[in-house]
Amino acid sequence: MDIKDIIKPENIVYQKTKVLTNKVMHYCPGCSHGTVHKLIAEVIDEMDIQDKTIGITPVGCAVFGYNYMHIDWQQAAHGRAPALATATKRLYPDKYVFTYQGDGDLASIGTAEIMHACNRGENIVVIFINNAIYGMTGGQMAPTTLIGMVTSTTPYGRQVDLNGYPLKITELIAQLEGTCYVTRQSVQTAVAARKTKKAIRKAFENSNQKKGTSFIEVVSSCNSGWKVSPVQANEWMEENMFPVYPLGDIKDR
Amino acid sequence: MTEKVLKKGNEVIALGAIHCGCDGYFGYPITPQSEIMETLMEEKPWETTGMVVLQAESEIASINMVHGGACCGKKVMTSSSSPGMSLMCEGLSYLAGSELPCVLVNVVRGGPGLGTIQPSQGDYFQAVKGGGHGDYRVIVLAPFSAQEMYDFVWLGFDLAFKYRTPVLILTDGMIGQMMEKVELRPQKPRLSDQEVAELYGSWATTGKPTTRQENIITSLALEARVHEALNQKLQAKYRVIEESEVRFETLQCEDADYILVAYGSMARICESAVELARSQGIKLGLLRPITLFPFPVKEIERMIPQLKGIMSVELSTGQMVEDIRLAVSGKVPVTFYGRLGGVIPTPQEVLDAFKTNYMK
Repeated sequence: MDIKDIIKPENIVYQKTKVLTNKVMHYCPGCSHGTVHKLIAEVIDEMDIQDKTIGITPVGCAVFGYNYMHIDWQQAAHGRAPALATATKRLYPDKYVFTYQGDGDLASIGTAEIMHACNRGENIVVIFINNAIYGMTGGQMAPTTLIGMVTSTTPYGRQVDLNGYPLKITELIAQLEGTCYVTRQSVQTAVAARKTKKAIRKAFENSNQKKGTSFIEVVSSCNSGWKVSPVQANEWMEENMFPVYPLGDIKDR
Repeated sequence: MTEKVLKKGNEVIALGAIHCGCDGYFGYPITPQSEIMETLMEEKPWETTGMVVLQAESEIASINMVHGGACCGKKVMTSSSSPGMSLMCEGLSYLAGSELPCVLVNVVRGGPGLGTIQPSQGDYFQAVKGGGHGDYRVIVLAPFSAQEMYDFVWLGFDLAFKYRTPVLILTDGMIGQMMEKVELRPQKPRLSDQEVAELYGSWATTGKPTTRQENIITSLALEARVHEALNQKLQAKYRVIEESEVRFETLQCEDADYILVAYGSMARICESAVELARSQGIKLGLLRPITLFPFPVKEIERMIPQLKGIMSVELSTGQMVEDIRLAVSGKVPVTFYGRLGGVIPTPQEVLDAFKTNYMK
């Protein structure tokens, strides 16, 4: 049997969602961003809300997120995506508005904007990628960097007396009355990715039921920044990140 | 039938926003401009026109809410005063770089630092030369009455959408706090989402229909030639604005030997100084730039042959005077008189300064 006899429409068991573009992603092999992008695109496709979805990209590796989905995009200043999302959702209450932010963007420079957007209960979706490092700028310490973790600005490991503690911002966010759904997920296995997709779907559904802010942290790997192989990165994440950032729903109402 | 009211300059900024069909205001309290948001909250336009009014957690959030709203193709604005404007400059640079329309109001107070809440014109450089990072300009309108505060919100949005650029209304605590008669215009309806999509769907994030490609609003361009082209496109737009949008007023300039150049509140004082000079037989005139960018360079060039001297009068240590000197290019003496800290000179003091500079 020739390959041409197999590649036929009636034999298709899986295909890329039409919401994803055909552009080659700039992310490093092994990076979690691509997987999360795909999950969001699939949810948009399955909910049939492509024409009603507006995404807001951060500053960081995901700044180019706008190249990978066929939806309207805004590119925000570092940390300010929740402010752009606030105005966008209030001016277009029937649209689906989400921000996509990394740990430096959301948990360091943008703490004021994310806290207040969540506290106002903006009906938006926040996707928070936590890989404990600044990927785009070359692997510096993030607010979520683990104690002892080596980065380019903590060459001898993060020390509490110098750098303080890993910021568990998702737990802080869950305390705010304005949030309706706060969860922490991961995408290193097919099972984990399916759970994350379910969480994303729920968050998008929440946003047009005016229940408040839905916040999804995805504990992610950055093998380039961590300077290990993709497989080693996933193992390291499970061993070291998950005890500090345990997976599961923190709040669901 | 137009309505006439007696209101503060700040209050009619708010009324102008509602009446011109503004979709959203996002702001943070700071003296001396808090009446703008207070008036909006009192008027509750969300119940009448559907306008969104939101108190943000900071000036940084305010300008970034404006960024988001402007991406949507909506008429959005914010207001602040000097220290708050400094915080907004990063966002302003993004708005300019992303070619987004919006209106900002800076009710200037004295600086640097926390400075004073008294009126000042010390933010001229920040407003006219950029303020934020990178090669950009914004259209700067300088009202000198409560009526112009009201009218320039309308004009500001017209220009902002005509050129897809931020427009900054540069005023000060004196114009903002002063009560004057203002003629209001009839309510202009806000555009519907449908109308916004039809008018601005070619660039705005209105939600991607199947009939068009996605709209991506960004100021990022890492490829050198692409980024150079982006800057050249911005500069070409600024040259068109310089050709087409210069606004100014003159008083007694036809036969003037000397002119004062002043904008905003100082132009009010200088009007009286010119009258005083004329009563003493001194042929003094006044040029009042209404747009500070674009600056009335050609009008100054046109007047050079008849002039023996120019004096810039500002509530600063001398900022606009640099643009006058650039326009004059050494052909006529240019001097400066300024007061600081909220000290407002009397017309007599302006005239005395003029005489000290030119009549000795």
